[in-house]
Amino acid sequence: MTTTVLPRVTYLNVRTTVASWLLTKDHKRIGILYLLVVSFAFLLGGIFAAGVRIELTTPEGDFVSADTYNRLFTMHGVAMVFFVLIPAVPAILGNFAMPLMIGARDVAFPKINLLSWYVFVIGFLFTLAAMLFGGVDTGWTFYTPYSSQASNSNVLLTGIGVFIAGFSSILTGLNFMVTIHRMRAPGMTWFRLPLFVWALYATSLVQILGTPVIAITVLMLALERALGFGIFDPRLGGDPVLFQHLFWFYSHPAVYIMILPPMGVISEVLACFSRKSIFGYSFVAFSSLAIAVFGFLVWAHHLFVAGISPYSAMVFSFLSFAVAIPSAVKTFNWAATLYRGAIWWRAPMIWVFGFIGLFLVGGLTGLFLASLGLDVHLHDTYFVVAHFHYIMVGGAIMGYFAGLHYWWPKITGRMYSNGLGTLAAMLVFVGFNLTFFPQFILGYLGMPRRYHAYPEEFQVLNVLSSAGASLLGIGYTLIACYLLYSLWKGEEAGANPWGATGLEWKTQSPPLPENFAQTPIVREGAYEYAKRETKVA
Amino acid sequence: MPDALAAHAEPHGHAHHPALQHHFQTMAQQQEAATLGMWVFLVTEVMFFGGLLMAYLLYRVWYPEAWSEGSLELDIRMGGFNTVVLIGSSLTMALAVRSAQTGAPRATVRWLLLTIALGLTFLVVKFFEYKEKYDLHHIPGPNFVFEGPQKDHLQIFFSLYFGLTGLHALHMVIGVSLLSVITWMAHRRRFSPEWYTPVEMSGLYWHFVDIVWIFLFPLLYLVDRAHQLS
Repeated sequence: MTTTVLPRVTYLNVRTTVASWLLTKDHKRIGILYLLVVSFAFLLGGIFAAGVRIELTTPEGDFVSADTYNRLFTMHGVAMVFFVLIPAVPAILGNFAMPLMIGARDVAFPKINLLSWYVFVIGFLFTLAAMLFGGVDTGWTFYTPYSSQASNSNVLLTGIGVFIAGFSSILTGLNFMVTIHRMRAPGMTWFRLPLFVWALYATSLVQILGTPVIAITVLMLALERALGFGIFDPRLGGDPVLFQHLFWFYSHPAVYIMILPPMGVISEVLACFSRKSIFGYSFVAFSSLAIAVFGFLVWAHHLFVAGISPYSAMVFSFLSFAVAIPSAVKTFNWAATLYRGAIWWRAPMIWVFGFIGLFLVGGLTGLFLASLGLDVHLHDTYFVVAHFHYIMVGGAIMGYFAGLHYWWPKITGRMYSNGLGTLAAMLVFVGFNLTFFPQFILGYLGMPRRYHAYPEEFQVLNVLSSAGASLLGIGYTLIACYLLYSLWKGEEAGANPWGATGLEWKTQSPPLPENFAQTPIVREGAYEYAKRETKVA
Repeated sequence: MPDALAAHAEPHGHAHHPALQHHFQTMAQQQEAATLGMWVFLVTEVMFFGGLLMAYLLYRVWYPEAWSEGSLELDIRMGGFNTVVLIGSSLTMALAVRSAQTGAPRATVRWLLLTIALGLTFLVVKFFEYKEKYDLHHIPGPNFVFEGPQKDHLQIFFSLYFGLTGLHALHMVIGVSLLSVITWMAHRRRFSPEWYTPVEMSGLYWHFVDIVWIFLFPLLYLVDRAHQLS
């Protein structure tokens, strides 16, 4: 490490008043604003999860009542899905890094970018209010008619919060799509774009086409609950399954909002720490688009036991299998990139390996659930819970932390402890498997999800799971500690501590307020590692 | 992006158009970004209305009698009048954009004011239509009243009627507010043939809201009118 002093003028110190942060139009600062809110939501969701895991250490429902338990897992889901997983990578890392990576001064619509953060915060405040006034107990899926008629919890307030937060996601997607189309630096052709940018582009597509549908669905639910409209009301001849269709039309593609950007992160970090150009660049790029498109055609695999026609179930089963193909394309290309690479074991790379392993398990168990017969057995059991946590936590959150560890020196200009970063990645990896692998077995043995009590023979596996969750909690706390410590005592990182090729590493760390002193002119692809002598600054 | 390249050859500091924001290189790039952004936004709007239209489609197939009966309950004179008003407002909006493009600010203001007036006319007529439904207790909910065996299914019909037209009316209110700001800007001579993006973007939005109504009118008012005519 060199001992150069931090650059004098950066986006962090150019103005330091609170107002300069709250009124900033700088995409880098907006990324940090998102980081603060999302981290708080992550803590909150984690606390709810802790409540769930404490209850499940014993077979009896002795820690909380059944009703409280319902609220705990619902609020865990709502906080984590809508306020952590969906914004985490696009709104934090994408906001910070994407304009830098394409050589732009900012996103296309900086004011709308700031607006999207405020919209997000307002949505979050509504949801927080719902939690403070006693929470919500419908499950994060808000299935009717329970949510529209039976539940006596704060469905309306939560629904409004989710509705509002959805517009933040739409605005971010819109902004990114236009930015990627119109703001690229001279010479930054589509096939020189970093794969993270391709992944964000595919994500924008899902955000733009999917999110409005959940918005209108939640609105219909709200009209039904508040005013007595009758769109999903079976007493009038309405169809509750229509709600499920509309809900999953967004919420399945939403899984790809969560996983596509981390996949992009993986491509960046993996190429950098293998010192190789990514294998099959165009295949990886197009697989992101393919996942986004296929992702819209698989939603009814959530409804296999809801009474849909066997013919449509067969089609959706087939399409759900098909979506595995572009995901496998990515995984194989990552493996091929590693092959004969000069692998550099630093903290971000450990997170990447964690991602690949866990995503693989999550993806393959998804195929079990896409099978019509097997799904009848596994539906609404802990197998499903384990499967989607392998994707959402093992995939999305591991990928998020890979990206955060990769870009942290760029964001803050400081290095964190590599040893602690590696330790945290391993703790989370072990803790995660200990938490969720037993749940595959529990689900296979028939333990249903969403109950606060269970038969005694399931206790051993549940205790293992709760023990793993404590490890996870320790791992995440550790990350917060050493990252915050690095702000204070971290070594200065220099412009390019990883010897990476992307444009974001060609400007100082932390970057200038306007990103680049001169707009870069791009003359080569994103991963020309082979051509250059890799120098670690 | 040849324009961006060309702009790069010269150092920063030459005279910019006052409306050029700092993060764009050229006016053309800024204009293209705004246009693309607006179209993408309209796509999200299509999906937003799409969810309700999906519900409409399902129940129309399931309950054709209720749909026929419900449709006949709607006031086709008011609906038809409003359709003409809205199509007219799209014409005046297009003329406003054209005036801005050719640098005729007085005409721009005039056409915009006329567009706003037509938009308000639509909303006033819609208000009286809603009021009539309110008096007849056709607002879905616990107080919904309808004589006949189709009562429950008609409540679904009216839920969708109010959902769709209410959402459309909300878009009209937003549109009228938007156009008021644009009119004020036009009055202050803010637009020129080099820069009239806000007029054009509001125009796109206005036409979209108009087109939504072009779909809603036959879907809601004209379900089974052919019977009536023959």
